[in-house]
Amino acid sequence: MEQPIIEIHGLTKHYGSLKAVDDLHLAIHKGEVFGLLGPNGAGKSTTILMLLGLTEPTAGEAHICGVNASRNPIYVKKKVGYMPDNVGFYNDLTALENLVYIGRLNGIPEKEVKARAGDMLQQVGLEDALHKKAGTFSRGMKQRLGLADVLIRQPEVIILDEPTLGIDPAGVKDFLELIRQLNQQQGMTVLLSSHHLHQVQQICNRVGIFVGGQLLAEGNIETLAANLFRSAPYEVRVAVKKLPEQTALLQEQLLALPAVKQVTLSANSAQIAGEENITPEIVRFFVHNGYDVTGVQERTYGLDEIYQRYFENNLKENIPNAKSTGFFKRSFTGKWGKQ
Amino acid sequence: MQSQPAFLKGLLPANGESNNASPFSVMVRKEVADQVRSWRFIILAGLILVTFLGSLYVSLTNIGRATANPQDPDRLFLYLKLLTITDGSLPPFHVFIGFLGPLLGIALGFDAINSEQSNGTLIRLMAQPIYRDSLLNAKFTASLIVVSILFFSLSLLMIGGGLITTGVKMEPSEFIRIMCFTALSVIYIAFWLNLSILLSVKFRQTATSALTAIAIWLFFTVFYQILLRIVVSAFLPDPGTLSQEQVASYNGAIITIMRLVPSQLYTDATTTLLMPSVRSLGPLTMEQMAGAIPSPLSIRESLLVVWPQVSGLIAATVVCFALSYYLFMRREIRT
Repeated sequence: MEQPIIEIHGLTKHYGSLKAVDDLHLAIHKGEVFGLLGPNGAGKSTTILMLLGLTEPTAGEAHICGVNASRNPIYVKKKVGYMPDNVGFYNDLTALENLVYIGRLNGIPEKEVKARAGDMLQQVGLEDALHKKAGTFSRGMKQRLGLADVLIRQPEVIILDEPTLGIDPAGVKDFLELIRQLNQQQGMTVLLSSHHLHQVQQICNRVGIFVGGQLLAEGNIETLAANLFRSAPYEVRVAVKKLPEQTALLQEQLLALPAVKQVTLSANSAQIAGEENITPEIVRFFVHNGYDVTGVQERTYGLDEIYQRYFENNLKENIPNAKSTGFFKRSFTGKWGKQ
Repeated sequence: MQSQPAFLKGLLPANGESNNASPFSVMVRKEVADQVRSWRFIILAGLILVTFLGSLYVSLTNIGRATANPQDPDRLFLYLKLLTITDGSLPPFHVFIGFLGPLLGIALGFDAINSEQSNGTLIRLMAQPIYRDSLLNAKFTASLIVVSILFFSLSLLMIGGGLITTGVKMEPSEFIRIMCFTALSVIYIAFWLNLSILLSVKFRQTATSALTAIAIWLFFTVFYQILLRIVVSAFLPDPGTLSQEQVASYNGAIITIMRLVPSQLYTDATTTLLMPSVRSLGPLTMEQMAGAIPSPLSIRESLLVVWPQVSGLIAATVVCFALSYYLFMRREIRT
């Protein structure tokens, strides 16, 4: 297998006694869309900052494109486009001027920089707002401008910190579509952090669930589901017009089917959970036995269930941790604010 | 707004033409543009221009009397006279700068870093492939460029105005003195600029850093002298009971403490530069004065007299800059 484009070994960050990130190991391959999923204060942003060399890890190393991020941040920043969660622009410059500035900082030749910035703005759908001041932009437009800003230096990896925060649903859909296009057409590797499960689910190949500074699980959504609901990962709900009064026989027959683990019957539906996906067999069974099937629903496990399950398991130990994170953040940003 | 890019190109053509400008020069260019366009700079530059014109007017109306005064050894330095003489209605220009310069420096620097941080642009900048110190250097250099252009153009304006109104030929030594005075003013403002940049790195709120900078400025211009006077009168013995040497040594100590204030250093240095007959900034004994002819010093001598003051100002500037570096370079930046 080729070398991963992002490699994290035992990355740890302490803030005083608080462990923001605790011994993180992770590898992301080229062309992947990886979702870092976790509640607020889980250490997602800290991890990203360490990846970019913007903060120093207490222990461990992060390599991007084979280069140590804390030792050689300039090289890493050339390869990585980063969009922070609260992206800001110079309010009295126009969108184009903001972008041209960043383009120049990245060493794009003076002749090309304007045209390239214009192209980027068109790509993210801001061609009408080219000469509008960034201060007048809505949140969604800023987010798009942020993406243009990331793309103008043509990075190999883009890291997005909470990219969908505060945008309306239509905007989120467009934005995610844009990211998906970039990934598919240009083969860009994308690492995004979020606490919005559904959005991550839509575009990520792989997710990592990150709670209290630790990566609890990683893999694609199916694998995660299979790990979690190992006993009976597949569930089918069959609705019929009428089930017999005496359900014992039916239950026995159903359990006799291959791979079926659990059967729950109610007045007019049956829930069957099993190790394998045998929906056709189940339907055939019902039809053969003369039941009037009105509907069949396969239940798949989404991130919601996965998330829920992980957080249920971790809720108890994480409460004090989350609180201290909140306190840390408050004191960190508000330290001088109160003066 | 359409005219702005053209205006910028005119301001710094060298950077615009080069094919691959370094990130540092790109940043300097942007910062200069920001400063020149900002209201606070326009207001303060206007204020300085008005005081400059006012004091120039006052000195021009009194120039005849001043140069005719045979008692004054500096009477032949017409252009230095233009900068220093007054009839009492307005203070001379260099006193105004001693007062307004810090304000200009503070205004240009007080929100250098923290406004970027609260805008969310700092983290975006830091994610670009640039060295972190480029930002600090660029902020400082840009403001310094703006201040230098302002002051050198004012000086040249003064010289030109003097040439036109009086028609008197200018001595090279006068020109050098005036340029040194201008450079000194820029260094003095650079100190306050660096102090305010330091505070902008330290404090996260722009208001806090601005108020702190102004508090420091007020303390040094107003309260330091008062405090010093109180302390001196409380601790020093009655001068009537002291010998000549003791009085002299106490005086020396007081002057040394006074010179901890940047504005004192600036005043001392400008006075020496603009009044060639000033030959010492401390007390002179009778032996030292014996046989001295009250004549102007050469530029070299004057520069030797002000050199300690200038090094003091530069040292204070460097200390502030080093502290900002120390605070900024390893700080974690997040929004």
